[in-house]
Amino acid sequence: MTLTMGKALNAALRDAMREDESVVMFGEDVGALGGVFRVTDGLAAEFGEDRCFDTPLAEAGIVGLAVGMAMNGFRPVVEMQFDAFAYPAFEQIASHVAKMRNRTRGAVGLPMVIRVPYAGGIGGVEHHSDSSEAYYAHTPGLKVVTPATVADAYSLLREAVADPDPVVFMEAKKLYWAKDEVSLPVTTEPFGTAVVRRPGSDATLVAYGPAVPVALEAAAAAEADGRSLEVVDLRTLVPFDDATVASSVRKTGRCVVVAEATGFASVSAEIAARVQERCFHSLWAPVLRVTGWDVPYPPPVLEKYHLPGVDRVLDTVDRLQFDDAPDPRFLTGAAG
Amino acid sequence: MTTQAEHHMPTAAAPAEAGLLPSPEPVRFLDDDGAPAPGDAHGRYERPPSALLKRAYDAMVLGRRFDAQATALTKQGRLAVYPSSRGQEACEIGAVLALRETDWLFPTYRDTMALAARGIDPVEALTLLRGSWHCGYDPVATRTAPQCTPLATHAPHAVGVAYAARRRGEDAVALVLIGDGGTSEGDFHEALNFAAVFHAPVVFLVQNNGFAISVPLSRQTAAPSLAHKGVGYGVRSERVDGNDPLAVLAVLTDAVEWARAGGGPVLVEAHTYRVEPHTNADDDARYRDHDEVEAWKRRDPLARLEAHLRARGELTDDDVAAAREAAEAYAADVRARLGEEPTGDPADLFAHVFAEPTPQLREQATWLAEELSHDAAEGAR
Ligand SMILES: Cc1ncc(C[n+]2csc(CCOP(=O)(O)OP(=O)(O)O)c2C)c(N)n1
Repeated sequence: MTLTMGKALNAALRDAMREDESVVMFGEDVGALGGVFRVTDGLAAEFGEDRCFDTPLAEAGIVGLAVGMAMNGFRPVVEMQFDAFAYPAFEQIASHVAKMRNRTRGAVGLPMVIRVPYAGGIGGVEHHSDSSEAYYAHTPGLKVVTPATVADAYSLLREAVADPDPVVFMEAKKLYWAKDEVSLPVTTEPFGTAVVRRPGSDATLVAYGPAVPVALEAAAAAEADGRSLEVVDLRTLVPFDDATVASSVRKTGRCVVVAEATGFASVSAEIAARVQERCFHSLWAPVLRVTGWDVPYPPPVLEKYHLPGVDRVLDTVDRLQFDDAPDPRFLTGAAG
Repeated sequence: MTTQAEHHMPTAAAPAEAGLLPSPEPVRFLDDDGAPAPGDAHGRYERPPSALLKRAYDAMVLGRRFDAQATALTKQGRLAVYPSSRGQEACEIGAVLALRETDWLFPTYRDTMALAARGIDPVEALTLLRGSWHCGYDPVATRTAPQCTPLATHAPHAVGVAYAARRRGEDAVALVLIGDGGTSEGDFHEALNFAAVFHAPVVFLVQNNGFAISVPLSRQTAAPSLAHKGVGYGVRSERVDGNDPLAVLAVLTDAVEWARAGGGPVLVEAHTYRVEPHTNADDDARYRDHDEVEAWKRRDPLARLEAHLRARGELTDDDVAAAREAAEAYAADVRARLGEEPTGDPADLFAHVFAEPTPQLREQATWLAEELSHDAAEGAR
């Protein structure tokens, strides 16, 4: 059936709650309203106020409560209403959620999911469009997951709820309405597995979350120009799938990382570094990145200039030295 | 002295509000010298049973000796840091004795004495302060959360654990220890509010020891008392002389049982004093008066309890000697075992980041292991 990502996430939560009594859902407006994006729609009605409930408006409190409940037998799934409103909870996330297993030498794991609607492209007012994944990915002890397809949204969220460790589950807001043919329940590749969404031979586009559709569109457009681009969807940022990314880049010899977040000190920077480390001898050009500018997220009238779009991706691909590629023997030192 | 009810207009909301308000003066059973306090009328509180007070005495003697031993060990570099709780024995021990084994304790860095009173191996209890990244004991088995270093962040965890216990049909209560400085942090307020809204069985014990490192209470709050902080959230609140072991035990036992019986959360402010510097590394002469410290030393909770029990014939010279002897043996054991150099297995660095290490962590663990085996080979040559 045709399904939106929002509905797939909703179905994942419903199925998880049906299967496991210890799964509870809470946050701001997740009860009767079903969340501002309706991801928890109908859960309070089906499972009752005990299983899906509204909390006071306090993000540190929400995450802190989840820590305690996870310590004592529950599997909380909490919603941070918008990316930038998770920051009050960052102390809890960085100091406690991420570290509890380590601080207790494995005695206390925290099976909990922090759902963060993130990124832009929906004309949101300020504080409603941040790409905050780098903060979480930079914090050891957190898994960071961001689905780009409807099937992944369902499957990765089910896996997140079942995971013994805390998962920051980043939902690209503009993909909530993306549709696909999917019959549920569906199980896709597990955490730590990137997927080649479109095979190609001339260059690899590495993307995740909201940038995946952009990369796919760019690859389709490039084909018309006779250029074959492979698109890798990371799916999970932590754990990171070095193997799939590196094997794609070794095959194509060129790489562009596409991400919506600002580029400086970002996940895209990390990916570029890892690709250079692993694929140096296979590369015909430096790894390039297409990212948002290093500016606070702009207002709706300007966001189209900020978000990396198909044209910027294609321009960047053009800079991958297709015409004057250096002799790879110089790169390996074999010609010396 | 006005009664609680007289503070408020008799509106419909008044009874509820009056039920939340703390006593006009801190609850006390003993005067500064351990004699019965004048006008010993505390409404709901009764003198704790003698057997419990005897247990408290033994634990306080042990706790004080342990505290002194830990402080001494910092001088030898055996502990990285030690925040003493000397002078706060009534609170440290009272908190633990008010709990059942199935209840949860959420301590701060200062509450190592409470860990010892909970029966946690003292060397395990000192693991963090030795400089390790983990807490040393098993928090589930001991029902004791890792000692919390970031201020107040453990308070919402206690609410979560307590609320979860209730949801699971257990009658466990969670008790949070927190300092006066910690009450200024947002997490403290979010925790009080959550506890009240979710009617969670949590007791917040604020050990108001006068200072947050160097900053006095007057810089933390302009409220009439820290106990008043609960009222606005709908949390029953109380204040107690934190250097009066009878009062602390009576109030905390009542609070814990109230929470257990489904009465909701309780906030207790204990007025006490930190007679030692903030930690072994602190110079308290820069921010407080020697006379003030001496004045508080004269209200010593251990001396007050001893005087009280002796006056009632419930503590003999032999009892005192036995308690001290047990404390000496305890300290000697801590000394001996902390005298050994700590060893650390570098593989532990990667072992508990996730239930299953990521490929990157495996690679890094292998890299470090190789580095170490090269070093070992070099050393052997
Ligand atoms: C969030 C946070 N900020 C700052 C510190 C540094 N710090 C450690 S103890 C302390 C004072 C705390 O005072 P109080 O809450 O009264 O507890 P006490 O040390 O007196 O027991 C400070 C500021 C900290 N641990 N956590």
